[in-house]
Amino acid sequence: MREVDYNQVVETVSRLCMEANYFLGGDVVKAFNDALKKEESETAKNILNQLLQNAEISRTEKIPICQDCGFAVVFLELGEDVHVKGNIIKAINEGVSKGYTEGFLRKSIVSDPVKGKNTGDNTPAIVHTMIVPGDTVKITVAPKGGGSENMSEVKMMKPADGIEGVKNFVIDRVQRSSSNPCPPTVIGVGIGGTFEYVAFLAKKALLRDIGQRHPDPFYADVERELLQRINNLGIGPMGLGGRTTSLDVFIEVHPRHIASFPVAVNTNCHAARHKTAVI
Amino acid sequence: MAEPKRITAPLSDDDIMKLKIGDSVLITGKILTGRDAAHKRLFELAQKGEALPVDIKGQIIYYVGPAPAKQGYIIGPAGPTTSGRMDPYTPKMLELGLKGMIGKGVRSKEVRDAMKKHKAVYLAATGGAAALIAKNIKAVKIVAYEDLGPEAIRELEVEDFPVIVANDAHGGDLYEEGQKKYRKE
Repeated sequence: MREVDYNQVVETVSRLCMEANYFLGGDVVKAFNDALKKEESETAKNILNQLLQNAEISRTEKIPICQDCGFAVVFLELGEDVHVKGNIIKAINEGVSKGYTEGFLRKSIVSDPVKGKNTGDNTPAIVHTMIVPGDTVKITVAPKGGGSENMSEVKMMKPADGIEGVKNFVIDRVQRSSSNPCPPTVIGVGIGGTFEYVAFLAKKALLRDIGQRHPDPFYADVERELLQRINNLGIGPMGLGGRTTSLDVFIEVHPRHIASFPVAVNTNCHAARHKTAVI
Repeated sequence: MAEPKRITAPLSDDDIMKLKIGDSVLITGKILTGRDAAHKRLFELAQKGEALPVDIKGQIIYYVGPAPAKQGYIIGPAGPTTSGRMDPYTPKMLELGLKGMIGKGVRSKEVRDAMKKHKAVYLAATGGAAALIAKNIKAVKIVAYEDLGPEAIRELEVEDFPVIVANDAHGGDLYEEGQKKYRKE
């Protein structure tokens, strides 16, 4: 069995935390530029230009895009033929601590939700582990800001609500969120599974690159329709009015129980941050 | 794009009355910072009728909790936080003479009514443009509540700090009007 060093995991996670916070994805930058061409509102164009300048400053000076450097959400795809020497979850947390401290990233995690204090190093991370075939360790760090996370929701719908019910729930969620999640947003939608799994699906959907459609043409069409309807709401960048309310909508689906129809919306701000490495 | 208006902070009443929703504005001068914890303390003092540790009369407060500054920088990325969390304290601040606020997101009806009554403006900064905004901050000084760390009240010297007038002193609300204008049925 292949062996991977503990420190290699620490160093990789530390680097990914910094890179995700400094370097906005090329897909998001392209989406800002595309939106600029279509925007009719002068205020919206002004804001999109600021976001482009901001991404450029962050990239060249290696400083965070946003002062909210997020909860460190980590997707871990662990090959069944690889062994990490030492505890991998401990290594990931050590990497988060190192990355947030050495990278001058803001620490936003409170140790206990009710009685706690700031942990001082942005740990613990939220780690989603998947055992997959192969002998590699794939790590994705997706820092998640608080403002947009707060505009997310899970709803246990009725199977009779169908796809139209899903669409209306997504549109209603975006409308109610208005200016709060720092639009233009990216919308992750989970459909199916169970109460807890549907939220994970919505989060996982946010890892896709802007413009990447669902492989099933049915859901790809629903994504296109939802994006169009959201952008017709007029909310616009920062909620000040315009054509660009969301940059994209991504759907992830899973088999469901005959009695259940869980749907989740996970809202991401325009700082759609995620970086991946394979060890 | 229309040329931005340049204003000097603290604001004059004359400048405030000239600002209209949708105006793109560049602020140069001195502004204060304050967010959740500082507002709570100021509010509690004001309710007891005690003097505040910093005079907010005529001032602008920026709702911000910056990231740490790395070497060679005077402040870390410093974008606006959600203003709505300050809504419960804001009418009292306006009553005490606060004239401007910088943040992101919609304000409550109580805040909008108080702004109209006391002739104040609410300016939207771009959430998530934190690295860009930090470039327009030229000096930083803690003026109260140092124990609050990133939430301490600071005086910022800013130059061409970019904002958009979201709520003016005449009752205009860009969140409502802007969204209505671009909505398609």
